[in-house]
Amino acid sequence: MAYKSPIEDTQFILENLLPPHNKLDNSTIYAVLEEAGKLADNFLAPLNHFGDKNNPILRQDHEVETPKGFSNAFSEIAKGGWIGVASDANYEGMGLPLRMGAAINEYWHGANMSFSLCSLLTQGLIDAFTLIGTEEEKKLYLPKFNSGIWTGTMNLTENQSGTDLATIRTKAEYDGKNWRIRGQKIYITYGEHDMSENIIHLVLARAEGAPEGIKGISTFIVPKFLKNKDGKYTKRNDLKCVSIEHKMGIKASPTAVMLYGEEEGAIGYMLGEEGRGIEYMFIMMNRARFDVGLQGMAISEAARQKALEYANMRIQGTPINREKGTPIIGHGDIKRLLLSMRSLTEAMRALILVSSEIMERSHNGDTNASLQEAFLIPIIKGWSTELAQEITSNGVQIHGGMGFIEETGAAQYMRDARILPIYEGTNAIQANDFMFRKTLRDNGEAAKLFLTQMNLDCNDNPQITKMIKLTSSTLDYILNNRDDQELLSCICFDYLMGFGYLVGGWLMHKAKIKANIKLSNNPKNEIFLKSKIVSADFYNLHILPRISTHLEIVKNGANIVKLTKDSYI
Amino acid sequence: MKILVPVKRVVDYNVKVRVKNDQSGIELDNVKMSMNPFDEIAVEEALRLKEKGIASEVIAISIGVTQVQETIRNALAMGADSGIFVEVKDTLEPLTVAKIIASIAKKENIDLMILGKQAIDDDMNATGQMISALLNWPQATFASKVEITDKIAKVSREVDGGTENIEITLPAVITTDLRLNEPRYASLPNIMKAKKKTINEIKIDDLKIDITQKLETLKVEEPSKREAGIMVKTVKELFDKLQNEAKVI
Ligand SMILES: Cc1cc2nc3c(=O)[nH]c(=O)nc-3n(C[C@H](O)[C@H](O)[C@H](O)COP(=O)(O)OP(=O)(O)OC[C@H]3O[C@@H](n4cnc5c(N)ncnc54)[C@H](O)[C@@H]3O)c2cc1C
Repeated sequence: MAYKSPIEDTQFILENLLPPHNKLDNSTIYAVLEEAGKLADNFLAPLNHFGDKNNPILRQDHEVETPKGFSNAFSEIAKGGWIGVASDANYEGMGLPLRMGAAINEYWHGANMSFSLCSLLTQGLIDAFTLIGTEEEKKLYLPKFNSGIWTGTMNLTENQSGTDLATIRTKAEYDGKNWRIRGQKIYITYGEHDMSENIIHLVLARAEGAPEGIKGISTFIVPKFLKNKDGKYTKRNDLKCVSIEHKMGIKASPTAVMLYGEEEGAIGYMLGEEGRGIEYMFIMMNRARFDVGLQGMAISEAARQKALEYANMRIQGTPINREKGTPIIGHGDIKRLLLSMRSLTEAMRALILVSSEIMERSHNGDTNASLQEAFLIPIIKGWSTELAQEITSNGVQIHGGMGFIEETGAAQYMRDARILPIYEGTNAIQANDFMFRKTLRDNGEAAKLFLTQMNLDCNDNPQITKMIKLTSSTLDYILNNRDDQELLSCICFDYLMGFGYLVGGWLMHKAKIKANIKLSNNPKNEIFLKSKIVSADFYNLHILPRISTHLEIVKNGANIVKLTKDSYI
Repeated sequence: MKILVPVKRVVDYNVKVRVKNDQSGIELDNVKMSMNPFDEIAVEEALRLKEKGIASEVIAISIGVTQVQETIRNALAMGADSGIFVEVKDTLEPLTVAKIIASIAKKENIDLMILGKQAIDDDMNATGQMISALLNWPQATFASKVEITDKIAKVSREVDGGTENIEITLPAVITTDLRLNEPRYASLPNIMKAKKKTINEIKIDDLKIDITQKLETLKVEEPSKREAGIMVKTVKELFDKLQNEAKVI
């Protein structure tokens, strides 16, 4: 059995944990999920392992050939209107709420993460132009992106500038008519490929005469093809892919080194205002980090399905108190692994979808929702992508020796997942962000609001209330030590993880309540609802205790890190 | 030209079907249901005829419990113009379905009916043929290629020996085989549009059709399990077993 989009759980969460949306009735939700699921399962999933083995090729002419079948699959997705699912209908997007975009994106990434990075980045550019573009730019670019005729990339990273973008060196000079971009960018995902007619690069660069540091950076739109005299976009811009990386995972997605302006300078158009490049990146960052967290959840689901299938098939040793011939799913330890994969994945899915609704409100100007969004983003990105490591690794473990053999595909999930804690701000950066910006900057207000809400929702769950108390007191500890930033930087990761597990527990608890209500009404999907309750109970007993470990580290573990000299490490 | 496409809601082809404990039928609770794959091919063919300008309207019809409307919606999302839903709560047999569809075909002035050669749940392979008989229309079953000019349909049929090419005059019934086409995926805009398309509900009583069942299901059983094979030592032994035990030669 290959990957199957987990429509039932998506639907359960959308219907039970999110407030309804006036544009969506349950049957529409179902119809949309169903069709997206078919495409993901039938088109994208079969290309996943193939792409891992047959990587993109950089040709002599600097063009990149993606694995066979990618281009065709991309045009199928694009033609169906799926790229612009949640983008503005005034520019030929579908105008569906973000929650639907998130729900569907899970299926693309679960089926084939390497492939789906192209549409993910294009959606990122849709956001950028929607937020910052002029009317003229929106009219030109958005319909092209929504229909997948053009795709987009983000060009931030340079050799000396990864986490710290202040040192970016790529230059932009105004020649009286156009901006000319010169410089080299590295690690550019889908920087070159053959799935769309044109590639629009968003490039961070320093305009000539601009100040050093963050304030001197602007964003430029640099298309691969410029408009020719005949109105067609066929004139090659002065930019090229000079190499593509050999990677540990997401091997089917071309990661390009891009060279701009080797000759006359690549023509670029400034997006928004000069010197606000980093600020714009921050605006778009929430969505991008949300998407990476979503990838972590999606690949965990895929790894879980594969492991479950294997556990139901592999016979090895007779499990205690079971019949001879019972497959390994009967072994206590395999059950434990599978249950933890399931309950963590469901908690992540709930977090992602519940957050997508908060983001809908935030985009509509609800300031309270914006606060919640800002608080949740580092958890979504950091916590989910850390869990993805554990889950995909457990997926390998369940396969035994076969897990280590590439043929099964379990190893690929683990390798593919490994990028997630790195790009879009490493998880160290998420943890810093969570500690310093999201917690300390408002004196722990947002954190306290969440704790109060969770306490209200979970007052009948002693395990969770205990953890909420513990988190509260940890928060006090953090606030009391707010002046020692170095100290807090040593344990911000554990603070993030602890809070992440708590949010997950809260949502699983809410899901359990809803599942119980449904179960009392003679439902058709009894098995699913009962599994949901098991997932929540497992979470309570096996996952929640992790919170105390993390928070204990926060309270007691900072100094050993802070005070240790580098030479002792 | 108006095309009517009957679509049936069946257990999804990926689902492993199970017999109910009381052997009265197969388990439908907790089971994913989808449009019969042959019917998807029928919808696709009708849509292609419309896109070529040959057909003017494509109507999807389904008969059964309330949920069959979802299957009609699927056809609308693929691109059919409207739907007809006839609610019948009891089990349906091919003759009843054929009668209902035939009477609606007459009412709606249908020129062409395209339907799956069979449904994957009961594999009856009967409804199309019965409709053709009831309406006294020509039929072309197991179609793998359809070309329509004026009032003539040239159809290639999949038969045991290969392909049979025939011509029939419209109005007619065509049933689809797997190779006829590859059905499209519904696009997101079309799924959203499908919500606004109409599904007309027709009351079974208004059709004045006798729907009493003529078939009785005695018992549904799992197919018998395949037994382990044996290795025979000589051709003579094989011959002997085939002749005396299996009694096939
Ligand atoms: C496959 C792949 C695809 C990518 N796609 C893109 C893309 O499309 N566009 C793009 O612009 N970039 C892309 N990147 C770049 C990616 O975003 C960076 O690699 C990432 O931001 C980390 O930067 P770096 O590699 O320079 O690591 P460094 O910044 O050198 O980090 C090294 C280590 O130091 C830690 N560290 C650094 N600063 C701090 C700090 N302040 N506090 C605590 N710890 C810190 C980091 O967490 C990390 O563990 C991609 C990278 C890869 C591998």
